[in-house]
Amino acid sequence: MGYNIGLRLIEEFLAKSGTGRCRELKETAEIISKVGFKMFLNITPTIDNWTADFKQFSLIFDENPLAEFVELPDDGRAHRELWYSNLLAGVIRGALEMVQLQVETEFVSDTLQGSDYTELRVKFIKTLEDEIPPGED
Amino acid sequence: MSTALPGPSTPIVPSSRQPTGIPRTPSSTLPHPSTRSANSTSLLVRSGSGALGSAGSNTTLHSNTSASSLIMSSKRISKYDKNLSRKSTEVSLSSFAFIFSEAIQYMHKRATGIQDFENRLNQLGYHIGQRALELVTVREGKSARRETKVLSILQFIHTTLWKTLFGRSADALERSADAANEYMIIDFEPMITQFISVPRELSQLNCAAFAAGAIEAVLDGSQFTANVTAHTVETDEHPLRTVFLIKFDPLVIEREK
Repeated sequence: MGYNIGLRLIEEFLAKSGTGRCRELKETAEIISKVGFKMFLNITPTIDNWTADFKQFSLIFDENPLAEFVELPDDGRAHRELWYSNLLAGVIRGALEMVQLQVETEFVSDTLQGSDYTELRVKFIKTLEDEIPPGED
Repeated sequence: MSTALPGPSTPIVPSSRQPTGIPRTPSSTLPHPSTRSANSTSLLVRSGSGALGSAGSNTTLHSNTSASSLIMSSKRISKYDKNLSRKSTEVSLSSFAFIFSEAIQYMHKRATGIQDFENRLNQLGYHIGQRALELVTVREGKSARRETKVLSILQFIHTTLWKTLFGRSADALERSADAANEYMIIDFEPMITQFISVPRELSQLNCAAFAAGAIEAVLDGSQFTANVTAHTVETDEHPLRTVFLIKFDPLVIEREK
């Protein structure tokens, strides 16, 4: 679901924000947090935990409107298995794919599961090349 | 173990009250069967003087729950303990539209027909309505009142509830000329359907069935049993004009008289 949202959301994002190309992933991360999340969810997650090669970072959410009123059921499974906000992971993956950045995203901790903060890990895989549609070469 | 037991004694509290430490937590908070610890047997032995069966196993469960809830409570405050009257920051309308759109696609895949589709939307909205009624009442605080007349509850929905959910009041509130138990709330441009275009083969569908479900829940929750449906009745100026048709249970109307 999130992935589909991301594919469509990037269009509105580019139209409204008018941002240009990012030169490096660091800039991309800043834009995602300060412009993207601000625009759609009215929050600015903190960017942290860069790896040494600057190919992975984490978005740390102090607040999360998606999970504002949510308590996971105490059935013993939800606290271990359910990443409630996984939609957001898909949104970022879908949106970045539309600007030729292939990433992997996953939640590594969630306040709903009893962690101290909610952390979404973003791993840069590669830059996608523009592909010419078949039959147009 | 048995050597540690004290000698003969006179009961002060009758033994039927003996098994202490039975968990007061609801059963849903008990740990999953698979996680019950392996050392449960030793606990059983320790507690087992007389009522080994039930009391023993309860003690086992209790020690586990208290341990796990301690871990959790030290880390965070429960959502239930937070103050509800604080209004949180608003999110963009597009964010809602995106999620709603995905929810609609999800339901469309599973629906067997338009009627079923609208029922699913209605049910989804019903959950919103149940919670919205409680939230609005809590936030109104001392000025909150219990509506007992059909007209006043409809006005509450038309104005207060609509403002909470959609940021403005609905456009009209009308009584049906044909049936005494039918009322209509009219919205010229419902917030939730403004980005939705319905394909021709689904022209009977109105996704505002979602909002209809919310209205139904609020009415049911206020003891005005009703059935609410959403219908597109377009005019030239307002192509999305939606009529929420409220059919009260005949008993509700009977009560009014």
